[in-house]
Amino acid sequence: MELTSPAFKQNAVRALNDPQLQKALGNVEKGFVAKRAAARAALPEFEALRDQARAIKTHVLANLDLYLEAYEARVTASGGHVHWAESAEQAREIILGICRKANARTVTKGKSMISEEINLNDYLEKNGIEPVETDLGEYIIQLRHEHPSHIIAPAIHLNKEQVEEDFRRVHTHLPDSRDLSEPVALLSEARAVLRQRYFAADVGITGANFLIAETGSSVIVTNEGNGDLTQTLGKVHVVVASIEKIVPTLEDCAGILRLLARSATGQDMSVYTTFSTGPRRPEDPDGPGEYHVVLIDNGRTAMLGSEFEDMLRCIRCGACMNHCPVYHAVGGHAYGSVYPGPMGAVLTPSLNGINVSGHLPNASTFCGRCESVCPMKIPLPKMMRHWREREFERNLAPAASRYGLGIWAFFARRPALYRWASGIGMKLLGRMGARNHRLSSLPLAGGWTAHRDLPAPEGETFVAAYHRQKGA
Amino acid sequence: MDSRSAILSKIRATRDTGDETARCLAVESRLARPASGIVPSRGQLDREGRIALFLDMIAKAGATHERTPLPRDVPALAAAYLRAHNLPARLRRGTDPRLEALGFEQEPAIEMLAGASDGSDLAAISHADFGIAETGTLMLLSGPDNPVTLTFLPEHHLVVVRADDIGGDMEAAIARLRMLQGKDRMPRTVNFVSGPSRSADIEQTILLGAHGPRALHVMVVG
Repeated sequence: MELTSPAFKQNAVRALNDPQLQKALGNVEKGFVAKRAAARAALPEFEALRDQARAIKTHVLANLDLYLEAYEARVTASGGHVHWAESAEQAREIILGICRKANARTVTKGKSMISEEINLNDYLEKNGIEPVETDLGEYIIQLRHEHPSHIIAPAIHLNKEQVEEDFRRVHTHLPDSRDLSEPVALLSEARAVLRQRYFAADVGITGANFLIAETGSSVIVTNEGNGDLTQTLGKVHVVVASIEKIVPTLEDCAGILRLLARSATGQDMSVYTTFSTGPRRPEDPDGPGEYHVVLIDNGRTAMLGSEFEDMLRCIRCGACMNHCPVYHAVGGHAYGSVYPGPMGAVLTPSLNGINVSGHLPNASTFCGRCESVCPMKIPLPKMMRHWREREFERNLAPAASRYGLGIWAFFARRPALYRWASGIGMKLLGRMGARNHRLSSLPLAGGWTAHRDLPAPEGETFVAAYHRQKGA
Repeated sequence: MDSRSAILSKIRATRDTGDETARCLAVESRLARPASGIVPSRGQLDREGRIALFLDMIAKAGATHERTPLPRDVPALAAAYLRAHNLPARLRRGTDPRLEALGFEQEPAIEMLAGASDGSDLAAISHADFGIAETGTLMLLSGPDNPVTLTFLPEHHLVVVRADDIGGDMEAAIARLRMLQGKDRMPRTVNFVSGPSRSADIEQTILLGAHGPRALHVMVVG
């Protein structure tokens, strides 16, 4: 997708003034937050499982090369093929090659964020192959030529009236008089339309929630069953996965699965968790004839050994954005990148460069909710701070904030001057807001006071109060 | 350098601890002797407790269930289910000997079809290899006798599971899997199923029957 992260501020303003979007975003906090809290409360081992999950992934990352080799050997032994791609471009070429060899005209797709990251759909389309998204949310946004606004609920920015409009526009073979006012009617229509697509598709492409080194299995977790139909009914199954999806054993996978659905949707377990190993066996009555895994680096190896390595523990549950006040306010599209919310604010600069995504790690109040709900205990605020430091070091921060910090630093290094100046500033602000104890506008800080008032300072400075009370 | 070597050497450049033997040993032993991690206490119950929890969790996931002590009752119960849901008396199944042993020929009211589904079946019946009490999850293994399509294409999926095969937790299911297949051997798919297909992609409203079965009916035998 085209990165619009540099326009985050304009995107955010537009989002805040979009009543449709604001209505839809209300569903995020209402739904996800309460459901996760209930699921967590019902499992006393939840916190211990978080520590265990962190330890599993830390161990995997410390030995990632060895686990990838072990995984590859098992996939090959079960009759599958492993392909390695250093970049998005290489990954796209490999996948196109597999589709061409299968003479594919259409491919069905299970929901996969990595395929968004490598911009697979546009590429396949340009090369004459039609990609069909089968996850209901992904299908809806594909019809709208949009990108996911959430990593597990891609169409959460839409209301049902908008979906009805799209279905009427695209499903022209159906009678105009049909009633689509209820969500269940929309679901049934999508189900019927997509059924035909599964059977017509030559290749099914899915992502992977986990790759199990012990058995060479890929794991997908879905509620709809679309991923399973995608990978069962095509002649060829292609798994697209980034290299950090590895877990050592079936037991390790079970441990992290206990956190995934609870953190994501508040379910104890998603409806369908499927371990797939190799192609259809000679005696099998169904399943794909070929099984391919495309292992993608695309910037991950550069994160190893850096202060962003912890981000590679992410299992893409979406809890961080579900609990983020900034995400609640502006939604996922404002971030202008594949991955929105706190995890995106850390990952996007790693993948695309801080020079084009500097706004994202700044779009945080550092309230810390993301880290507190992250099942993998990823220190998201700390890493956003690292990005802010890098941005500042490289002089990428906006001029106003650089000059502002420069002036502040001048005073901060001269404590006596600082106290004198802050004392004057306080008295001045106090007098300006004397009437109702608050300031509704402030020169040079209009952007701040446009949306809230600044409480007028009262009394004395902290240092003055400290000295007075220490003396007392 | 090819992509594989390039990726692996980039990883190695940051991972090398100076003691590669220790790293290799740690990985080899973890893979050779998989160990259980924290297992929730929720499923650590006696046989009847596990079955009760399993049924509770199945209901919570939106599936229906019934229990019968006698395997030979299953065909009549399946027929009753189809009637109650106004479905034609037709049921697709794999050639699983456990299903064949149930004696569906004694229930002439049901027409039985064998083999993979082409999407036109309204109802299918499968035999699960294990039930997981902690989450109300069925474990189904694909194979010559068990088409995967039966789990996803029909509108109604009926699944038989033996009461003796209901364990407390996912670790017990994994142990069963290894016992049935041997270590390091996997069927093409292991399907863990917890309830009927659902989606909340439209306004976060949960709806059943997104792409897979609209209804899941579990029959516990024993």
